[in-house]
Amino acid sequence: MMADSIVPVKEIEEKAEKMDTDKMWVIMGPQHPFSHGLWTLKVKLDGEIVTDAEPIVGYLHRGWEKETENRTYPKIIPMADRLCYAASMTYTHLYCMTVEKALGIDIPEKAKYIRIVADEVCRINSHLMWLAAVGTDLGNLTVFLWCMREREYFLDLNVKLCGARMTTNFPRIGGVRNDTTELFDRDILRTVQHFEKALWDIIYLIDDSSIFVSRMKGISYITREQAANVGLTGPAMRGCGVDFDLRRDDPYDNYDKIDFEVPVLQEGDSYARYMIRVEEMFQSCEIIKQAVGKIKALGKNAPYRIKTPSRVPAGTAFAKLEDPRGESMMYLVSDGTDKPYRLKVRSPIFVNVSSARLQSVGVRIADVPAVLAQIDMCLGETDR
Amino acid sequence: MDSDAVLQKPSVDEITQALKEKFPCVEIKGTAVRRVFAKVPREHIFKICKYIHDNLTFEHCSIVMGIDYVDHMYTVYILTNYYTGTAIELTADIPADDLHIDSVTPIWQGANWHERETWELFGIVFDNHPKLERLLTPKTYEFFPFRKSYKLRGWE
Repeated sequence: MMADSIVPVKEIEEKAEKMDTDKMWVIMGPQHPFSHGLWTLKVKLDGEIVTDAEPIVGYLHRGWEKETENRTYPKIIPMADRLCYAASMTYTHLYCMTVEKALGIDIPEKAKYIRIVADEVCRINSHLMWLAAVGTDLGNLTVFLWCMREREYFLDLNVKLCGARMTTNFPRIGGVRNDTTELFDRDILRTVQHFEKALWDIIYLIDDSSIFVSRMKGISYITREQAANVGLTGPAMRGCGVDFDLRRDDPYDNYDKIDFEVPVLQEGDSYARYMIRVEEMFQSCEIIKQAVGKIKALGKNAPYRIKTPSRVPAGTAFAKLEDPRGESMMYLVSDGTDKPYRLKVRSPIFVNVSSARLQSVGVRIADVPAVLAQIDMCLGETDR
Repeated sequence: MDSDAVLQKPSVDEITQALKEKFPCVEIKGTAVRRVFAKVPREHIFKICKYIHDNLTFEHCSIVMGIDYVDHMYTVYILTNYYTGTAIELTADIPADDLHIDSVTPIWQGANWHERETWELFGIVFDNHPKLERLLTPKTYEFFPFRKSYKLRGWE
């Protein structure tokens, strides 16, 4: 009989307790398939269980904040694109919003809705890229290929809107660069309709696969209090039970006039953090549909940009925005000239990755990539 | 109003009132929708932050940053309440000849890397920080690159 030949689990555990194992530091990175960029995770192993972890970042630090102090305000817009190539639209949007706050101006309604559409397209882009990365991290290349295929349709929408695929340089201080192009609303609704079906294919591919589910479910528990205290934000935090989304609870632009749900799960494991992002993509589709309708209702000749002064009055201003990865924020100190005195960027991943110890202690070394994939690493904004 | 009461969803008025009553040294600079701006003396920053975290339920520390005004420096804290979306901005003035302030990492672990970054770029020392080491810049640096006295090549 098979059962007789297997050593009882209890016996193994007793032996393991007596076994004297050496603790060992393993350095994963900076060039490692799981890292998705240049950073290092030092993990301390007891057998194959992680007992301590320390993230090391800074390889890409280029002094972004210092660089901006020598540039005039409009010149910083394309620089903000480069903070994160996957979420370029949201960072440019955030920068323009911060300067508008410092100027104390209100932008036209149409610009607000165009920004919302651009942001949500960017969010789906970013989440699809993350899902593709999760696919390869967990050993399924089909997920990667399917996600990248769907992502191309949304990059095409970016091209249709502003001519560029990734570093878009689209929002402007006082509005957006151009109005929606001809037939943009038709194309975006078609893409969204197609995507809502295609996303189910990808979900079936993942949820029906025991490889995926068993490596994510029940791994890396984080409680609500821990998540709030270490500063986790975005989907990672909502998967741990914190019911907070800046779009709903601290609305900017016209998000308060749009009806959508914020997915929140109480489980707090790696799988919950994955589910939140997938659900968010459906919600983004919903937001896009409503916002496109509102743009159409405003008519063709509605203004989409206003003129703004080149000098910003002395003072401070900050703006927050729900990035695809969490809470991003810019803090502007102005001294009355045409260049910022200081511009600080809060990157959500900078803080999320600092909690790598909390996330990875107790999991097996083989699951570390699966756990840390859930913070959706992007080094451009982490190191700045 | 009982200043020791624990409020889960304090309104902007309740926050300003509670801060004024509990800490007369806090200067409220202004309020806006879901925003409170206050200036605090640096000696009491830990006590005030502890009160804001425990009694006003500000669970999240969004940012800790430094500003260099050449003759003095500022540290700015932005704290968020997850139930109402309210944000408090605290500003603490630090004289240039004594760049020390208490760390808030014991209250919010999320402030850890923000403080390390502020230290390595501005040279503001956060007392009682668990690990004040260089994070983004190389460990060999002996200067603080984000100070106004540090000029970029080719610009000035």
